[in-house]
Amino acid sequence: MNALTRRKLLTTGAAAVAGAAGLATAARLAEKYGLIPPDHGGIYGPGETLTYACQRILTSHRPMREFPRSMISTPFVSPYGKLPAAYHASRAHNFTDWRLTVDGLVTHPLSLSIADLRALAVRSQITEIACEEGWSYIAEWIGTPLSLVLREAGIKPEARFVPYFCIEDGLWDSLDMTEANHPGTLLTWGMNGGDIPVDYGAPLRLRVPRQIGYKSLKFLTRITATDSLKHFGKGLGSSSPEYGYAWYAGI
Amino acid sequence: MPTATEIPRETERSSTFRHSFLVRITHWLTFLAFLALLVTGIEILISHPRFYWGETGNVNTPPLFTFHIPSSRSSVPTGYGYVLPDQNGWSRYLHFEAAWLLVFTGLVYLIYLFASGHLRRNLFPTREQRSFRAYTTRFANYFRRTPTGANELHRYNVLQRSSYLVVIFILFPLMIWTGLAMSPAFTAAFPATSSLLGGRQSARTIHLFLTFALVLFLIVHVTMVALNGFRARMRAMTLGTLKPDEPHDPLEPTTTKERP
Repeated sequence: MNALTRRKLLTTGAAAVAGAAGLATAARLAEKYGLIPPDHGGIYGPGETLTYACQRILTSHRPMREFPRSMISTPFVSPYGKLPAAYHASRAHNFTDWRLTVDGLVTHPLSLSIADLRALAVRSQITEIACEEGWSYIAEWIGTPLSLVLREAGIKPEARFVPYFCIEDGLWDSLDMTEANHPGTLLTWGMNGGDIPVDYGAPLRLRVPRQIGYKSLKFLTRITATDSLKHFGKGLGSSSPEYGYAWYAGI
Repeated sequence: MPTATEIPRETERSSTFRHSFLVRITHWLTFLAFLALLVTGIEILISHPRFYWGETGNVNTPPLFTFHIPSSRSSVPTGYGYVLPDQNGWSRYLHFEAAWLLVFTGLVYLIYLFASGHLRRNLFPTREQRSFRAYTTRFANYFRRTPTGANELHRYNVLQRSSYLVVIFILFPLMIWTGLAMSPAFTAAFPATSSLLGGRQSARTIHLFLTFALVLFLIVHVTMVALNGFRARMRAMTLGTLKPDEPHDPLEPTTTKERP
């Protein structure tokens, strides 16, 4: 072995050791600061973790992207599954009996009607909803910030995620506390000046304007607070990864 | 370890040294990432093969243009009576993972480019190449299939240099920019990323045009490699060496005689 290759071997070895140690430290820090997504396993895990961690570092304390009223555009109905009989029954009553359950790591679990939400707080935003397929539209969304509802329920400090469920069977998702507490994350009951139409998620849709459209679940029935996603579905954070889609949809 | 470019031009070597280790490894990592991005990009495209200009666009708004291909979503009117299977989930996972590979590889390569002098020496057009005439002459020689002149045996010609510079400093950076301009989280933090391009849908359309440009580069690049001796070029970009009796790249020092 000549001097050149020995030197190369030594430096490569040193770099590998330093790299491994660096990675281990980075992993510990990332876990501590909540930069690891629940679907971090598998061959796509490294890319997904990098995306989530970087976007969390860059965007956590930033606002959402808002537009002037003049930019409200022709909307498009993203397809949804067959709705159960309970939905149609509630619709026949103009959704007056619709309830949003708030439970989990909260001091006072709640059961809120749309009128209760309206009474709590009203915010409106003009934001774009962009589907992972590529299409998008801008609408005015009117509702009650999720963060205020969580505060009203007395969310406990140990809560780390907010899973949410809808009337469509098997469809659920979750947000980290950064996104759940973001002022743009809206329990939406109005759209473009009126009630939100059925096709767009009546009577209640969770709008997550800083993530791709599939995080904005329609027909919302329950939100909860938890310190771990392990016992929800397959523990991947939402039903999306079970269908092959990423839990975090910031891009 | 001396890089290829540091070896004096007339050095005697039994097998000539071609591309440096770093250039070879980053070349193939970039190729791997690009291939993954291209395949998954096409998969994502077929879920909505319509393109728009401006901030918003969907099947209820007029497209800028449409690919008349089947789609993986029933909500897109294609004229075909069937819907392709949905591949967007893993395609999106892999697209972003490959994008990370590309970004890291690109950063390493860029540092090398500037630190080693590879950029100044081999990629930036030389003084005598910096003229309009240099371009037209080189183009004319390509079309006449004029044999490569002695002055081009040891270095990239002006068209090669210009193409590589465009790919490295214009196409890939714009690709990353337009990609980020479609990220709702990134544009929430940095709205100008999207608005400077004319909006989210414009960014998506430019992202596609850039794909065309990179695929065109890939086709021309591989064609040129094939025309100049595929095996020799592949050896130069993998093992980093050429046999003395083989035609050699016009980039690096060599002891071989003229091209056979």
